[in-house]
Amino acid sequence: MSKAPLLWLAGILAFIGAAFFCYKWIYMGYPVIPGTTADLWQIEVKVNFDARDRGIKASLFVPNNSSNFAILDENFVSRGYGLTTQRENGNRRAVWSIRTASGSQTLYYRATVERFTASEAENVLREPPETRDHGFEGAEFEVAKDILQSAQQKSADLDTLVAQLVRLANNPDDENMSLLLDGNESLEARINIITRLLALSYVPARVIHGIELTDQRRQTDISPWLQVFEKDRWRAFDPQTGQAGLPDNFLVFWQGRQPLIEVNGGDNAKADITTLKLEREAVEAATARTGFMSPVLQGMSLQSLPLSTQQVYEILLMVPLGAFLLVIMRNFIGLKTFGTFMPVLIALSFRETQLIWGIILFTVVVGSGLMMRFALERLKLLMVPRLAAVLTIVILLMMAISILTNHFGIESGLSIALFPMVIITMTIERMSIVWDERGAGEAINQALGSLVSAALAFMLMSNSYLEHLFTVFPELLLVLLALLLLMGRYTGYRLLELRRFKVLAEPTRPSTPDSV
Amino acid sequence: MIFATPRQLREAGVLGINERNCNYTLMHNSRSLYPLVDDKLQTKKIMLEAGLRVPELYGVVEIEHQISELNSYLSHYRDFVIKPAQGTGGDGIIVITGRVGDRYRKASGKLMTSQEMGHQVSNILSGLYSLGGHNDKAIIEYRVKFDPVFDPISFQGVPDVRIIIFMGVPVMAMMRLPTSASDGKANLHQGAIGAGVDLATGITMTAVFKNDVIDRHPDTNAPITDVQVPHWQELMDIAARCYELTGLGYFGVDMVLDKNLGPMVLEMNARPGLNIQIANRMGLSHRLELIRTHAAELKTVGERLEFARTSIAPLD
Repeated sequence: MSKAPLLWLAGILAFIGAAFFCYKWIYMGYPVIPGTTADLWQIEVKVNFDARDRGIKASLFVPNNSSNFAILDENFVSRGYGLTTQRENGNRRAVWSIRTASGSQTLYYRATVERFTASEAENVLREPPETRDHGFEGAEFEVAKDILQSAQQKSADLDTLVAQLVRLANNPDDENMSLLLDGNESLEARINIITRLLALSYVPARVIHGIELTDQRRQTDISPWLQVFEKDRWRAFDPQTGQAGLPDNFLVFWQGRQPLIEVNGGDNAKADITTLKLEREAVEAATARTGFMSPVLQGMSLQSLPLSTQQVYEILLMVPLGAFLLVIMRNFIGLKTFGTFMPVLIALSFRETQLIWGIILFTVVVGSGLMMRFALERLKLLMVPRLAAVLTIVILLMMAISILTNHFGIESGLSIALFPMVIITMTIERMSIVWDERGAGEAINQALGSLVSAALAFMLMSNSYLEHLFTVFPELLLVLLALLLLMGRYTGYRLLELRRFKVLAEPTRPSTPDSV
Repeated sequence: MIFATPRQLREAGVLGINERNCNYTLMHNSRSLYPLVDDKLQTKKIMLEAGLRVPELYGVVEIEHQISELNSYLSHYRDFVIKPAQGTGGDGIIVITGRVGDRYRKASGKLMTSQEMGHQVSNILSGLYSLGGHNDKAIIEYRVKFDPVFDPISFQGVPDVRIIIFMGVPVMAMMRLPTSASDGKANLHQGAIGAGVDLATGITMTAVFKNDVIDRHPDTNAPITDVQVPHWQELMDIAARCYELTGLGYFGVDMVLDKNLGPMVLEMNARPGLNIQIANRMGLSHRLELIRTHAAELKTVGERLEFARTSIAPLD
């Protein structure tokens, strides 16, 4: 039989599994390591204004997805208002409107954003933006030229030019600058002057607005930032120090000189911004992100199931891994076990008892069950009633162990109730037959093989790293399936066969006895 | 070192379990044919139809109720064998050689009451010894009186001859000799002796007992090697003919030699064990490969036997 169809099938399965895994890992950001926490922030903008008993239109700039931040979730709270979101010049704007309202009005915008520790990778633009009109006239124009000239003389490139201009703009003693500022000393105004001066030297520049996310819950204000276009991208500069680069905790709301909120038909508009750092598992964050980016994929995922069902699958998804280990134990090593998958079921019950206790309890139950079984043997019972009797004895034994250990204050003894009693009954039955037919050695041998396999399967199945990997990326089971299919055609020797047939590897002709 | 390297075994041509399952039993034995060999009643039927000898069938116990009549039914026979129709590995076989008062005497000399017998048969019916634990039948049949040539080299049981057949060609043969350790049973894993038999001549060559190479029987101390198996060519002929009868590509035929009736087929096995390699101190793979390359040329039973004698037997 040709191996090609098998290889194709295994290859396709592995490819699908690996592709889904990589997509979720790299693109969706699902963590491969358990316990990873995401850098999540909740941002709330509260807009307050007084209505004047007529139509109201309030607009608010809201943040965009960027290379540093992803919006996982957002909502707008506004009783009675109509809401639209608009995009213009790369900005996003929420516009609330209502025909008539009176009194104090409150609107909320809430968003959950995730911060990445990505390097400052700003968007590359294919065409440079137009340089704005500098708008200097008459005396102002001369002064501006002066300032620019002196700054250019002290600078070598764009970075140093911007640094010079920022330094000048922040120097309260500079007369030329004071003239241009004309009494408005706000940071906003100074950035405006800098962008106009840069426009004079044909360098596009603009102001962007955003907030800095710092630890813990706090009120924060919008701060302006300077952006200068160089070659093919916008670069940010600190408008107070002239340093290049945007702090990576800076969440951009909008670019341009418009205010954060504009209210038509209302007075005393005011916006309060609150930020809150959220402690959340990276998996939850990735799930939320999936829901925002691709609702279909989220609907298909394990995380869409009720929590209790999810917990069941957390265990079930590990079973194939235990079965995989059994394939290795039986077909690659050649260990004998009672029943094909009995060790996996025993391993599952070890989850509750933990390993050492599990092994002790299992040995005690099987050992005493076996003694009862030998006693029953004398009575010459039919098989099915005998099995039922052994099952009953097993349950009585388990109960006795629970009561006894509880009496001595050992809680682990209680978890024995989760032992699969039917499996244990069959194990006792099979073991006693093997004992009779093939001798005690063989029976104990197989029992040990089962126990060792169960212990190893437990260690594999309870590995928190693997458990996380398989619950977050169940598609890895396809890769496992491909592996199992390939192992199904393994025709090499089993490890124990190397010992069993060793005599055949030795030279057949009588020779001097090998030393060593 | 207690382990050989995989390379050493490959060079010695040792066939491993995985390879046997993958490339021989799964590949050459259609699953639909398994019942022919797994159910000894069916095996008996096709053997009889082909005119081959099998131990005479005395009766079949099919339902629990029949056990109560078993004792009176068995009173017709002094000695007999009871075995599960679908048993594996010799488990569940009772060999009765005679009676002591009300009780049966087993091959081991131990006595057995009719209740114990009934219990054992009941176990057989419940499928305790059958493949997959299905309900089974118990066969009562003629107890083979083995050829006296084996008297010195067997202990309390029936020695048998196993020949592995691949694509109709005998591949390898061994004699299985019961010992006190095997309780009169002829299975190697139960402690019987395995002796490799030369396919061309039917003379025993090497012998193993519990993985040790021996040349004398541990119970009787008689030499085991260089024993001529009687009726060897007939045994080979029967085994080769089973290929057409069963349609299986890779299987083992277990036969016994009755001192009055000659060779008889006991059972066939679609997954014959690999210990035969140890008994012969030789791997199966080289021989199987050789047969595979020549299978198309070998059409008749005679051609296949000739091939086994002239091409397979000399392989070392």
